[in-house]
Amino acid sequence: MTALELAAEIRQKKVSVTQTADKCVSRAEQNEYNAYVPASVDREKVLENAAQIQSQIDAGEVKSPLAGVPVALKDNISAIGTAMTCCSKMLEGYVPVFNATVVDKLGSAGLLIVGKTNMDEFGIGCMGETSVYGAVRNPHDAARTAGGSSGGSAAAVAVGDVPLALGSDTGGSVRLPAAFCGVTAIKPTYGAVSRHGLSALASSLDQIGVIGGNVDDCAALLSVISGGDEFDATCTLAQPFEFTAQACEGLKIGIPTDYLDIADDDVKAAVLNAAETYKSAGATVEEFVMPYAKYAVPTYYILSCAEVSSNFAKFDGLKFGYRSPNANTLNDVYFMSRSEGFGEQVKRRIMFGSFVLSAEFYDTYFRQALKVRSLIRDSYKALFKQYDVVLTPTAPTVAPRLGESTDGVNHSDVFTVAPSLAGLPAITLPCGSGEGGMPVGLQLVGDTFADNALINAARLFQSRTAFHGKGAVS
Amino acid sequence: MKWEIVMGLEVHAELSTKTKIFCGCSTEFGGEPNTHVCPGCAGMPGTLPKFNRQVLEYAVRLGLTLGCDIAKRCTFDRKNYYYPDLPKAYQVSQLYAPICRNGGLTIVGEWGEKFIRLHQIHMEEDAGKLVHSAGNVTLMDFNRGSTPLLEIVSEPDFRSAAEVIAYLEKLRETLMYLDVCDCKMQEGSLRADVNLSVRPAGEEKLGVRVEMKNINSFKAIARAIAYESERQIDVIESGGTLIQETRRWDDDKGESYGMRSKANAADYRYFPDPDLPPIVLGDDELARIRATLPEMADKKRERYIADGVSAKVAASITAHKNVSDLFEDIVRHSGNTKESANLISGEVMRLLKGDDADIEQLDVQDGQLGRKLGELVKLVADGKINRNAYKEVVGVVFADDGIEPMRYIEEKGLLMVEDSGAAREAVAAILKDNESAVEDYRAGKQKAFGFLMGQAMKKLGGTASPDVIKSTLTEMLEG
Repeated sequence: MTALELAAEIRQKKVSVTQTADKCVSRAEQNEYNAYVPASVDREKVLENAAQIQSQIDAGEVKSPLAGVPVALKDNISAIGTAMTCCSKMLEGYVPVFNATVVDKLGSAGLLIVGKTNMDEFGIGCMGETSVYGAVRNPHDAARTAGGSSGGSAAAVAVGDVPLALGSDTGGSVRLPAAFCGVTAIKPTYGAVSRHGLSALASSLDQIGVIGGNVDDCAALLSVISGGDEFDATCTLAQPFEFTAQACEGLKIGIPTDYLDIADDDVKAAVLNAAETYKSAGATVEEFVMPYAKYAVPTYYILSCAEVSSNFAKFDGLKFGYRSPNANTLNDVYFMSRSEGFGEQVKRRIMFGSFVLSAEFYDTYFRQALKVRSLIRDSYKALFKQYDVVLTPTAPTVAPRLGESTDGVNHSDVFTVAPSLAGLPAITLPCGSGEGGMPVGLQLVGDTFADNALINAARLFQSRTAFHGKGAVS
Repeated sequence: MKWEIVMGLEVHAELSTKTKIFCGCSTEFGGEPNTHVCPGCAGMPGTLPKFNRQVLEYAVRLGLTLGCDIAKRCTFDRKNYYYPDLPKAYQVSQLYAPICRNGGLTIVGEWGEKFIRLHQIHMEEDAGKLVHSAGNVTLMDFNRGSTPLLEIVSEPDFRSAAEVIAYLEKLRETLMYLDVCDCKMQEGSLRADVNLSVRPAGEEKLGVRVEMKNINSFKAIARAIAYESERQIDVIESGGTLIQETRRWDDDKGESYGMRSKANAADYRYFPDPDLPPIVLGDDELARIRATLPEMADKKRERYIADGVSAKVAASITAHKNVSDLFEDIVRHSGNTKESANLISGEVMRLLKGDDADIEQLDVQDGQLGRKLGELVKLVADGKINRNAYKEVVGVVFADDGIEPMRYIEEKGLLMVEDSGAAREAVAAILKDNESAVEDYRAGKQKAFGFLMGQAMKKLGGTASPDVIKSTLTEMLEG
């Protein structure tokens, strides 16, 4: 059952919010794929909230098409009174005293938060393996990764614990795990959703994204959480999205074919097959050469790590989170707390980011990366004069086996970082299966704030295929 | 060898906006520790800055007044460093595209007129405060954190402590008149760092620069400059080498000590703050700010002098914005510029002991003190109270803002006797009690008149003017 169908049944009183919540909580408590942060699911509290939402629905106070639907929250999104660890030892014991704007918006729309999902530590990682709580496992094959960093959110949806989940996407963090777990995800245009209350990874790239069983569910959730916020000056979308279904007549799709060769054959085959589906639906599909393609990954790492090094400086052991019990001086508090509190990947990025911002190397790396970023942005702008959407794989491979990609030099994000650098909306859709029967994800990228057109293009694919049906287990 | 001192100043002015630069917390000085703090200025994860445009307005006011180039589009950068008073571990400041560049101000002194060039003025947030308490414990108070600051950076145009102080006084005056900073040095709302180097007179090349921090008063600035220039000259003359460093001034000990040298200077890793979009200043907004610039001290002085106030008194009135506000309130209620100016330069200054700190504390915001003093000026100018009563009531009004001067005067019977009836009555009694003196007067002894006059004045206790008494006495003696 989709999220929208579930909400309809709740409205028709075929099922109560509490019954639904009870089922979700029971599944989350089993936590078979380590999708949840342990002890983040508070049965009593969830059921209490469910009862309250039910009475609001009964009283006609909430009119959202998703009222009563359970949703899981990535553990880097703040909710009052619920521990937020970002799956790092560094934030041990931290409990937010304010709600993220998206949490308030979920509340006003009558959605029910079930628990916090497991993730790569602070969102750093593509495989969902760097969490202090251990790796998230892929519901399609528990020996494989769920992808990251929003691995828990994708796995929870894929396994059917919840119909919808929020993740965050900096360079592919909702798209990659959704692709690996065979579900649908949208990273909206940068500035569509408030980041207030999202623990920052790289502020100029971070966007909260949605993960669900199909594009309609995702779009419905995105319109709930999108729109202006006085707390986030970079949230430029004044009003929430109002998505409207449109026929995609004359849809023009561009495929960067040479770029595709980075992908494994099974992935490439599934994606080219998807292109055929589009052709048969009347779309025109053209090949083009992606400009600056090879610079996207280094540019992304320079800029994101620079921002990480600054954003993560506040985790200093003084005010909240972990403080080394062995620290006796101020310098000890800084050095020991951070050395003991952060994981390897996080430290690696902080050091790299500090390096590219140093007085000696700022011009060579950081300033240069800013320039390349504008070139990438400009080249997309030119592309969207020709095409409505750009089609690529979401990841170059299917989900790898656990432990195979822990060296931190994987480039699973090779297709996802360029749209992030340009702030563009991107969707991943299941489009078939590859090695080991694992799901393959198709990425569609749209123009700035053309999220509606992008969603329509995605819907066209899902209306002609059944791959998305396999994701949701429930 | 003759040495020349070369100095540049970095002045931090804490702005008097009601709320902080990136959140809605109060900027009020003091308060219980950590009571003017929200998740944002405490640097909690997920919080984002929201720029307070009042800060932009204040910066533009100062920039326009000092003839700076105002940026139509400026940006914020992060200055990254670890210190417990900095909750985010970076300070949001402006390096790459500040709001104001160039401009400057003219200082007047023994050197004549000198123009001090500004390098830039930028907006930034203040840090919190560390409180070192007993038992080797240091506590953090973030009340001051994220209070808006303007950093006013000069070119290295100063050659003496007197120039530096003249500049700071002029800058303070400007900030006060623009109503953007209360300039209370002891509360830290105006702070100056001095960059100082020495070079042989006539030499073009600049010497090794030392930055001096923690200078909290004008007097301390003069002492710190004298100390540091002598120290540098001593080092060079004794064959030593100076290092580029930051030194902290200890005013109690009268010496400075090194904090950090360039070799281990922090690399602040400045970069554009991705949480803050560029700040755009529209032409209409700029025009509006320009149109609402207040009258500055120079203009006020000219106006006062034209109204008959001496140049010296005009300068003392305009030395402090609150004093000149008070003066204008008094003039408005008394209609008497000269008498109002005398009141400020005489009794008011005496009551404030001419002390800058006391003058700064004088709050004239509600205009009540000016109204009351204006009424008194009018009374004394109209001869309705005498000078002694005037002084007394001025003192009382200053000491207790619950006192209404007119009521006080009536209760104490300080009003001058206007009709001569009371005077006649008193004089008649004097004449009756001093018959021999009356006879002496009538016998032509002029001395006796003085005696009788004295007796009558004493009896009337200052409530009648000497003129009234004199004419009454003459009339009754002759009559």
